[in-house]
Order: sequence, then structure tokens, then C-alpha cells
Amino acid sequence: MKDIHFSVHRFLAIVIKEFIQMRRDRLTFGMMIGIPILQLILFGYAINSDPKHLPTAILCADNGIFSRTLVYSMRNSDYFAVDHVVQSEKEAHRLLATGKYQFILQIPEDFTRRILRGECPGLVLLADATDPSATSNAITAIDRLAREALDRDLKGPLQHLRMERNAIDLRIHRMYNPEGITQYNIVPGLMGVILTMTMVMITSLAITRERERGTMENLLSTPAHPLEVMIGKLVPYILVGYVQVCLILVAAQFLFEVPMLGSLSLLLAAAIVFIAANLAVGITVSTVATNQLQAVQMSFFFFLPSLLLSGFMFPFRGMPTWAQAIGQILPLTHFHRLVRGILLKGNTPEEILPHLLPISVFLMTVLFIGWCRYRQTLD
Amino acid sequence: MNGEHVIDVRNVTKRFNGKTVVNRLALQVRRGEIYGFLGPNGSGKTTFIRMLCGLLTPDEGEGSCLGFDIRRQSDQIKLQVGYMTQKFSLYEDLSIRENLDFIARLYRVRDRREAVEKSLARLGLTGRHKQLAGQLSGGWKQRLSLAACLIHDPQLLLLDEPTAGVDPKARRDFWDEVHKLAAGGLTALITTHYMDEAERCHRLAYIAYGNLLAHGTVEEVVAAAGLTTWSVSGPDLPRLAEELRARPAVEQVVAFGNTLHISARDAERLRDALSPHFTPAHHWQTIPSGLEDVFISLMQTARDQYAKP
Ligand SMILES: Nc1ncnc2c1ncn2[C@@H]1O[C@H](COP(=O)(O)OP(=O)(O)O)[C@@H](O)[C@H]1O
Ligand SMILES: [Mg+2]
Repeated sequence: MKDIHFSVHRFLAIVIKEFIQMRRDRLTFGMMIGIPILQLILFGYAINSDPKHLPTAILCADNGIFSRTLVYSMRNSDYFAVDHVVQSEKEAHRLLATGKYQFILQIPEDFTRRILRGECPGLVLLADATDPSATSNAITAIDRLAREALDRDLKGPLQHLRMERNAIDLRIHRMYNPEGITQYNIVPGLMGVILTMTMVMITSLAITRERERGTMENLLSTPAHPLEVMIGKLVPYILVGYVQVCLILVAAQFLFEVPMLGSLSLLLAAAIVFIAANLAVGITVSTVATNQLQAVQMSFFFFLPSLLLSGFMFPFRGMPTWAQAIGQILPLTHFHRLVRGILLKGNTPEEILPHLLPISVFLMTVLFIGWCRYRQTLD
Repeated sequence: MNGEHVIDVRNVTKRFNGKTVVNRLALQVRRGEIYGFLGPNGSGKTTFIRMLCGLLTPDEGEGSCLGFDIRRQSDQIKLQVGYMTQKFSLYEDLSIRENLDFIARLYRVRDRREAVEKSLARLGLTGRHKQLAGQLSGGWKQRLSLAACLIHDPQLLLLDEPTAGVDPKARRDFWDEVHKLAAGGLTALITTHYMDEAERCHRLAYIAYGNLLAHGTVEEVVAAAGLTTWSVSGPDLPRLAEELRARPAVEQVVAFGNTLHISARDAERLRDALSPHFTPAHHWQTIPSGLEDVFISLMQTARDQYAKP
């Protein structure tokens, strides 16, 4: 009778077998431990949606006491990292357009004198607001900061200036996304996220599948050159990548009404470098993975940091330095900036070059690694 | 082409991670010959075939395949070789026709459409050309693989265990087909574990632990082994088998239905060992040694010689 009912022995036999198999499959085991740790570190330490020390440049036409106080107290604040003085409005705009600086503080001529005269001079903060969440706290802070800074100087005979009314007229220009619409940031960002996920995963699977099923051996026994096999396998996925880009652009335009200031053909041309970089990761993964499950796991291991550290989910400048350093390596980080730059800021080819270069370097490095590995696996 | 040899290699050696898998192998196969390649699992047959068609580079050794150098001219070799892998390696998610068409394109077959049509007709699959290859039974998969190997009209077929898991009728049809092709001048190197198939080869080679142990026609291989085999029938054979196995002079005792086959290389010693059992109840006689007896004997010797303890 005991053979037909639930048997703890049989149940244990299966539990033990599962554990043995789990231990044998080193990679899966590693991933089961590795992915939670990765998530824990990334979510716990790397992500901070209150970005501080945002790079700020000053365009100053006044060298009176108040402008110096103002710059000094910004320097001492948590939110602004003032480390540059620009000479012209044109340069200021360029710095914002390339994303090198988040803020430009524009101090007008005779700022100090006009405060003293009680004329309430205008003070302009230009903010790169493509990602509204990156700037909102800093923008809230500047108002108080400016007032407090000036209040300290407005003492004695000048006290009346602070008592009666605002001594200055602080105006904030949210550039590129004046209404602070999050979709403007997220929809273009999704382009890179979707490309990363599908390109890495699909190529790594496509090549691992050939190996796992044994069809690669047949393929290599024909006159087909390994390079023909590789390129032949990649081109269809590049086309898939472009279909994805187009879909997202259409959705961005018609569903989310994201502005498209720059040249779309420039975007499409730049996208190929990014797509290639991800395909190269896919190839490299496929040279390491022995089966399709491993390929998916390893792709995920690349995708997760890309998603979290690229500035898509959380403001890049809110992350600690080590996380930013990793983020700087990842192609997705630069592709975000590139897409935002073209769509929202109307970037020109020269302006996107600083984003395209790191992607190209990444591409070359990974291609090299992939090629070395690929040649090893032939023998 | 160098004389009449389609395959002519010497000293071919391959090591994986320091383990010698193919050891100084020499092999010569003539044009139009069906050459059987036998040996236990893991003896290096697949590895050797992969070296012949340029999938692997030998660590040592040289030679030619179809007149081309196996080290430097694998591209030319690939053009004229049909290689059927041990595992089904066409695309299960492509249809029969799509598979054939794909392979034909890789070889840049002229009049591709016609070649595919002809191949389908010869397979008798014209009506089912849309079926996915993954849905075919083992026997049909094997026929499809063979058709794919032949689509570019190769000079040499390398077939790696083509009949594993295929029913007897399909195996017989397959061998008839191979003989027909060989009569037309095609050369075939075929690995197999079946003795009846080994006997259908013109010549054969036996390898174990990467070493070539015997080669030649079936008769030559059997003769060279110098094995003596006795057959016995009578009562209580299982106990008799036990007793005989305990004797050092006896190399093999194999049960065949109601008889036992007992073999050893030293005929004198074998007779001495058996004579105490020559009882009236048992019927003893010497018989010609079979190929299987020879191979098992070769393998045991090889294990003593080459296998590391
Ligand atoms: N790519 C490889 N890497 C390491 N070892 C291998 C590789 N291919 C085969 N081997 C080993 O070489 C030996 C011979 O294998 P194989 O040529 O497949 O034998 P056979 O086809 O005769 O069964 C086996 O022990 C196998 O494990
Ligand atoms: Mg094999």
C-alpha cells in the first residue's frame, strides 16, 4: 500500500536530484546568487533619485559682491557643482546641448548695482530639463539658496531691501522640456532599452541554438566561411533593430507627441553603431554560453546594469561615482544621451560625437573579445 | 589526384586538453570504396572525420583528402565532401525543401531548383516537401540528411553513424543506396557499430583509444586477429560460462541463445583449458571466428595496452 501513496522517500529523491543538477549547472547556480546580489547593490546603493552635485557653469557679466556671494554659496551647496565659467551665451548653450552641464547660471550686467538700487534684477538659471527628475530638487533648492545668500549680505542699511520684497527676480528656464513631461525623457530612452534587450538576447540565442542543436557543425562543414555565417546571422537582426527603432519613433511622435527637433536620418545612422555594439555583446555571450538558458541568463546579466545604471530609470548624476564609472562604459548610457540630444535638443553631428565615441570604443573592445573567443571555439 | 587514394593520411594525431584522442592514425581509402570505420564509443572516430573535412586541425600528421592537403586546403576539400554528422544537424524548424534549398545555396549548386526537385523526387518526399524536418521519424531524418549530403554531387561521403536508431528495413535500403553510389564512383567512409554493416563494407578499419588496431577486408581482419573460437551446446550453460571465464587462457565467453562461443588467440592453451569440460553431455566444435569476436578481442587487448589505469 505504501507504494501508491505519497512517499516522502520518492519526494526526497526528487529534491536531492534537483539540488545535484542545480549544483552541476554552475552558471545557473551563479546567476541565482549573482542576480539578487546585483539587484541589491544596484537598487540599494547605486540608485538615488535625489541627484546632487550637478555640474553647473556660470555666465557672469557682473563682478560685484552679490554675484560673488551667489556663486560662492552655490559652490557650497550640495546640489550644484560649480566648476566652470563661460564667456558667451553661445558656449553656454553648447554645454547644455551636449549634456556636459546640467545648469547654467546667467548673472546679468550690473547685477550688484541694481540690487543695491532696489531694481530687482533678473537672475536666470538655464536647466537641461530633458530628464525632469534629475533637476527638480535642484531647482527647488536654488530659490532658497539665492535668497539666503543675499540675505546675509543685505544687512544694516540694506536691510530694507530684503524686508520689503524679493531683491532679485529668479527665473528658471527648463530647456528642452519646459513642461517637465516625463514621457519626453522615457520614450526616447526606451529605444535604447528595447534595442539592448532584444539585440543581445536574440543574437546570443541564435548562435547558441545552432551550437546546442548541432547544426553549427553541419554549417561549418560546408564551404560557408565563419565570417559569412556570422554576418549572415547578424544582418537580419540589424533589420529587426531598425524596425524597433521605427516603431518607437512612430509611437513617440503620434502617441506621446515627443518633440523631434533633430535629424531623424542622423539618429538612424547613429543607431547602427549602438545596434552593432549590442550584437557584439550577443556574439560574445554566445561564445561563452553552452546552451540557450545560459545565453538568456548572461544576456540578463548585461541587461540589468544597463537598465539601472544608464540614467534611464534613475538620474545618472544621482548615482555614486563607482556606479557612474560602470555606467560610463555601458553603451546604453551614451545612447540615451544621443537620442535625447537629437530628439529633444536638436543636436548636430558634432554635438553627438562625444556620445558616439564611447559606444564605438565599446563596440571595438567587445568585438575583439568576441572574435578571440569565437576562434577558440572552432577547435 | 594522387594515384587511386581518395583519403591518404599518416600520423594524424589530435589531443584535447592533453588527452590523446586520435593517435598517429594512418588511413588509405581508394576511389569507389565503401570503407567501414569501427570502434567503441569515444575511440576518436568522430574526431578523425572532423579532421578530414577541416572542422578540426590535427595537432600532428599530414596527408591528403581528394588530393588536397588536409591542413591547408580544407576549403577545397569541403567543396567536394558530403559530411553527415552523428547527430541530426539539419534545421528542425525548416521544411524538408527549405533545408535542401539552404544546403544547395551554401554549396552554390548550379541549377539549384532542379537539384532540389531531383533530390526530393529521389527521396520520395516530393509530396511532403512542406513538412518540417523536425517532424520526421528517425529513418526519414537519416534519408533527408543523406540527400542533403549528396546535393552538391560530392566525391567523398563521410557518414558518422548514419544508421544509429534506424529500423532494419531502412538500414538495408540505406546500404543499398550507398552501394549504388559507390558503383558510380563515389567513395564513402562510414562509421558504425553494427557487425552486419561492417560486413557490407569493402574494407574496414578498427580503432580503439585513438589507435588503429586492424584494417583490411573482413577476411583479412579476421585472419590477422588469429582467433580460435569454440562453440558448445548442452545443459547448464550459465554455470559452464562462469567456470570458463575464470580460466586465464579463455579470453571471451559469449552466450548466443543455446550455445556459448569461447575464443582466445592461443589455440593450444585454449584447447587445454577447455578439455576438462569435454563431457558427453556437451557438444563441442570449433567454428570460424566472427567479426564481433575479433573486435571484442582487439578492444580488450587495446584496453590493456593503452588505457591508463
Ligand atoms: N571538442 C572536444 N573537446 C574535448 N574533448 C573532446 C572533444 N571532442 C571529443 N572529445 C573527446 O574525444 C574522445 C573521442 O570522441 P569521439 O571522436 O566523439 O569518439 P567516437 O566518435 O569514436 O565515439 C572522447 O573521449 C571525447 O570526450
Ligand atoms: Mg562519434
